[in-house]
Amino acid sequence: MSPGRSIAAHAALITWTLIALFPVFVIVINSFKSRKAIFADPLALPWPENFDLIGYQTVMKQGDFFLYFQNSLIVTCASLFFVLLFGAMAAFALSEYRFRGNTLMGLYLALGIMIPIRLGTVAILEIMVASGLVNTLTALILVYTAQGLPLAVFILAEFMKSVSDDLKNAGRIDGLSEYRIFFSLVLPLVRPAMATVAVFTMIPIWNDLWFPLILAPSEEVKTVTLGAQVFIGQFVTNWNAVLAALSLAIVPVLVLYLIFSRQLIRGITAGAVK
Amino acid sequence: MGALELKSVTKSFGSTEVIKGVDLTVNDGEFCVFVGPSGCGKSTLLRIIAGLEDATAGDILLDGKRVNEVAPAKRELAMVFQSYALYPHLSVRDNMGLALKQAGQPKATIQAATEKAAAMLSLGPLMDRRPAELSGGQRQRVAIGRAIVRTPKLFLFDEPLSNLDAALRVATRIEIARLHRDLKATMIYVTHDQVEAMTLADRIVVLRAGKVEQVGSPMELYNNPANTFVAGFIGSPQMNFLDAAALGLQPGQAGIRPEHLAITRHQGEIPAEVSHVEKLGGETLVYARSAQHGLLTVRLFGEHDYAVSEPVHLTPDRARLFEFDSEGLRRV
Repeated sequence: MSPGRSIAAHAALITWTLIALFPVFVIVINSFKSRKAIFADPLALPWPENFDLIGYQTVMKQGDFFLYFQNSLIVTCASLFFVLLFGAMAAFALSEYRFRGNTLMGLYLALGIMIPIRLGTVAILEIMVASGLVNTLTALILVYTAQGLPLAVFILAEFMKSVSDDLKNAGRIDGLSEYRIFFSLVLPLVRPAMATVAVFTMIPIWNDLWFPLILAPSEEVKTVTLGAQVFIGQFVTNWNAVLAALSLAIVPVLVLYLIFSRQLIRGITAGAVK
Repeated sequence: MGALELKSVTKSFGSTEVIKGVDLTVNDGEFCVFVGPSGCGKSTLLRIIAGLEDATAGDILLDGKRVNEVAPAKRELAMVFQSYALYPHLSVRDNMGLALKQAGQPKATIQAATEKAAAMLSLGPLMDRRPAELSGGQRQRVAIGRAIVRTPKLFLFDEPLSNLDAALRVATRIEIARLHRDLKATMIYVTHDQVEAMTLADRIVVLRAGKVEQVGSPMELYNNPANTFVAGFIGSPQMNFLDAAALGLQPGQAGIRPEHLAITRHQGEIPAEVSHVEKLGGETLVYARSAQHGLLTVRLFGEHDYAVSEPVHLTPDRARLFEFDSEGLRRV
């Protein structure tokens, strides 16, 4: 690539990065400022004269934020686990076994990508009420697992088709069960794809407000995003606390992202450059 | 221990029939090679024997027992794959020992078996490496080692040399032949390379479009091909096919191997013009175009000088001529 084009590409990408990061940046800097300073100059960096930890203090004192974090983590990790487990198993079956209706089943499982699960909110709520799961983390985990599965099956099935048949057959001849072949031969080889799916699944779950609000609004099962709403009132909003809560909410998801990202880059580029 | 019998085995994928009724007996201790062009069903047939694919109809018998419904691991066979198919997360030692470990053998037995196989293939110094740290040739030796460790009734090789470079291919071929002598086990070997088939096999099975064209020892197939397909497939360079009527024979095709076609500058049966010359040192291949028979190959031993577009005369050795009818079948 010529230097001119390289500079242009970098400029475009850097601009895009700045635009994408700007809201996050504003949230984080303002979370360290006093209420007055936030409104006086929202874009100013937190200097000693306007530095204030009142937001964080409020968050720590008011509401049970550690519980909210714990809830969010439980819901996200459990849903992620089930999405990856069931998604990978379904993908393996679809890519590995020849059976009647294979293609149809694949399409059916991928249909959820195109239909937003929120359309079914009323029915989901009715089901949850009927089964007594309202105000439990189980309800959220079930919904998020359902929400994440279609994309997971779709992406993983494509990747699993690329795993060498010879390797699986060698395992069969050596007497490995289909489960061993799946867990110890195939899964490690599609790890980049698993990481990709994990990130795409995890972020919407962590950020979701809709289902926690509808299915699990009570105090002991609140998630972080719902918990932060405590500080948003109809007339008065405690911006310090909201911003501090949101800044804190970024941390765990960022950590998870960093864990997956090394794999993720390989996953995204694997199909393209071969 | 390891006789295999196939009884009218067929295989269809949907409505496409890939194996169209194969009957075959492989004797105990025999080295049998399935050869044929790509898509002829030879690999599918091997997979059916291994139990990785189900036969649509017909029986597979191992040592006289029907094994159609027996799982691959229980058929007491081992398979070596073209892509090596080593377990990427296991060391060479564990790759070789996995099957015995799955079968619940004691550690000492596994240890002894892997050490023995490693010694046979001189894999000793590589035992603790991962497959990713090995070269292609080493990986294929590990894959062969993994098969040996199981002391199977039947060894199956699925184009094991296709991914190796030419020099390594010859070396590994010799190694496989030596293994067969040492182990005296039944081996079935699939390849599309007739040189591998000729050099390794006790018996060659030539397949085309899911059907067995001819079965026989390498020299039987070379000296006595049943039809034009086998005649053309076995032997390199390929057999020349001449217009039989023009040679004063019954109408049809007349096959003559390049080494049985004499070339002279002044007098001979078929006038032709040199179109290309390949000098290999030990032998010279002359491609000559004749008006009646098309492009013909002549194989000469030693070095010979022919210029392109030089007029020459070719004379087939009548005793070595194979006559085929219009269907391509050998006239007896």
